[in-house]
Amino acid sequence: MSAVEEVAEGHQAVEAVPKRAMTLGTGTSLVVLAALLIAPVFVKNFIIFQMTMLLIYGLAVLALNILTGGSGQFSLGQSAFYAVGAYTTAVLMEHFNVNYALTLPVAGVVCFGFGFLFGQPALRLSGVYLALATFALATAMPQLLKLNFLEHWTGGVQGLVVTKPDAPFGLSMSQDMWLYYFTLVVTLAIYIFSVNLLRSRSGRAFMAIRDNEIAASSMGVNVALYKTLAFGVSAAITGIAGSLGAIAVQFVAPDSYTITLAISLFLGMVVGGVGWLPGSFVGAAFIIFVPNMAESISKGLSGAVFGVLLFLVIYLVPHGARQIAIFGQQLAGKLRKN
Amino acid sequence: MTAVRFQVVAFSAAFALCTAMSSEALAQKKYDTGASDTEIKIGNIMPYSGPASAYAAIGRTEEAYFNKINAEGGIGGRKIKFISYDDGYSPPKTVEQARKLVESDGVLLIFGSLGTSTNGAIRKYMNEKKVPQLFVASGASKWNDPKQYPWSMGWQPSYVSEARIYAKYIMKEKPDAKIGVLYQNDDFGKDYLKGLKDGLGPKAAMIVLQEPYDTSEPAIDEHVVKLKAADADVFISITSPKFAAQGIKKAAEIGWHPMHIISNVSASVGGVIEPAGFEISQGILSASYTKDGSDPQWNADDGMKKFYNFLAQYDPKANKLDAGVVFGYAAAQTMVKVLQMCGDDLTRENVMRQAASLKDFAPDTLLPGIKINTAPDNFAPIEQLQMMRFKGRKWELFGDIISSDLGH
Repeated sequence: MSAVEEVAEGHQAVEAVPKRAMTLGTGTSLVVLAALLIAPVFVKNFIIFQMTMLLIYGLAVLALNILTGGSGQFSLGQSAFYAVGAYTTAVLMEHFNVNYALTLPVAGVVCFGFGFLFGQPALRLSGVYLALATFALATAMPQLLKLNFLEHWTGGVQGLVVTKPDAPFGLSMSQDMWLYYFTLVVTLAIYIFSVNLLRSRSGRAFMAIRDNEIAASSMGVNVALYKTLAFGVSAAITGIAGSLGAIAVQFVAPDSYTITLAISLFLGMVVGGVGWLPGSFVGAAFIIFVPNMAESISKGLSGAVFGVLLFLVIYLVPHGARQIAIFGQQLAGKLRKN
Repeated sequence: MTAVRFQVVAFSAAFALCTAMSSEALAQKKYDTGASDTEIKIGNIMPYSGPASAYAAIGRTEEAYFNKINAEGGIGGRKIKFISYDDGYSPPKTVEQARKLVESDGVLLIFGSLGTSTNGAIRKYMNEKKVPQLFVASGASKWNDPKQYPWSMGWQPSYVSEARIYAKYIMKEKPDAKIGVLYQNDDFGKDYLKGLKDGLGPKAAMIVLQEPYDTSEPAIDEHVVKLKAADADVFISITSPKFAAQGIKKAAEIGWHPMHIISNVSASVGGVIEPAGFEISQGILSASYTKDGSDPQWNADDGMKKFYNFLAQYDPKANKLDAGVVFGYAAAQTMVKVLQMCGDDLTRENVMRQAASLKDFAPDTLLPGIKINTAPDNFAPIEQLQMMRFKGRKWELFGDIISSDLGH
């Protein structure tokens, strides 16, 4: 039974994705990795910067994917976790002169705590109600960052400028290229961690909750713990993505982390395929490049063009990039038989 | 005829020789990325989409103005290629677009990008790359910082300058005033308040109450009542349009008739005064530096005639009531002036040098008497405004052009 057929039968908000279908095959993974490693050598710094942003947004979408595709909880508040991560890094780097690489784990831990705590009240909510509660978090965050007593640290509306790190060990590569490889390593580590997490006992617990909460709890899964844990892990990864984003963009300001960002991430997840981890990066590519394409088609109507493109994607491939990947796999299988 | 021409040729040859001897740079053409014999590439970033898209009129007007310059033969035979991208008013997107303009499109400079935090996000990058970030469309005072950021320059009067002008006016007209300030709790409001206090100097104690409000508040009635209760007789409303209108209404409702000053940001007749009510708005004060595109008093003005002709020919769809159109026209004109001053030396360094040596330049749509002046240590092109009072159905300018210099 293909995943698509499964969806046609199910009536849940989040479809059940078997854990094997959540990743790419080994061969494909290696090809993609090789491409990611080699590509920067041949392109301009500006493209490298865009690729870095793709990895960063990909991580943030991946985090949402673990939460929604894994444990079945919605969140429109990812921009808030992203902002907390970004500000943690910016404040540590600029006020305390902490090395940029060391700020990532700090941001991860801070965001984990933040997400775990937010997961507590969110436990009582599910589906659209949870989405609304997290939505409130996302709308509140830019204003919280402007608060007077935080202004000394956050720079208020003016934001903070972050210094971009040079390549270490006297390596002769540009700042952009170094940051790209640095981001790539972090992304790989988190991706492998996520894949293993979903294959582990905890991952099975997440999916059991997603598929049927009552059945899961009767099997002995601590629903409250695993739901908040999923929130915590998702927030931690989003926070690390935010940190990397702050370093790559070299600037943090409340205007950068509005609800628009949260919606973009949600959009990226849907376009990439809910519950399919590699799709996160396809989704990230969509939210970075499609607005640019829309703008080149019509400046005044870029929003409308973007809407039409999005509508086409949802209409033609409702399960996003995953559907295309499955189709490709089937086609390859048939060709092999012939 | 030939004799005359010969004379001209000889004269110019001699002149060229002199200049060549005095400075070799003048005689030969010099270019940085983005400039050539035929073209000058100018980048720009505007919020064509998103929360600030109302300001996009500025970008469209600038594009139309450059089209006009190109149709008239360009600048020294070079056509302007204006590349304008959308950032949706989101700083990370601004960074992406700025890098695209500088590294991929190879522009000579970025001109007139809109927003304080969006431009703040690229300021460091632009200065590291040594690419001019000229005439930023933001009223923050931080654009005038040539020592730290020699590649970034503002254009419009900063909020600080405007507030200083109100301070000057109050000290002259009402030396024993009790000032109540209502300000928006963000960079705009805080910059203003700072300017006001700077302007009042030792007399800052005249401020009896300063009330902040957040843009998320549905109404500001409570703050207005508090200001009245504090017995203020001057009401300075540092507010964005919606709140300025609410302030006018509430003050009238509770029978409070102080000297009422609203910021230039909210001086729109159609957007603020009319919704609040003409009757209760009589006598309100503000300050301006541009001519109002809808005001008939400028119909016979030479500059505005040129402006109206330009709109008719190159931008017929533009709304002349929109302050952004008047703004974009004047900003683009300043840009063109700088490029003309650069002559054949179109290097980024020379562009900054020329931008920092504007002398008494008066774009068509600025108030008569307001002139653009810059210097290597002064990156604030417009620092003058004129006070105006609301009378009948329009603003009436009065008094002299006031400069914001700190002189008491």
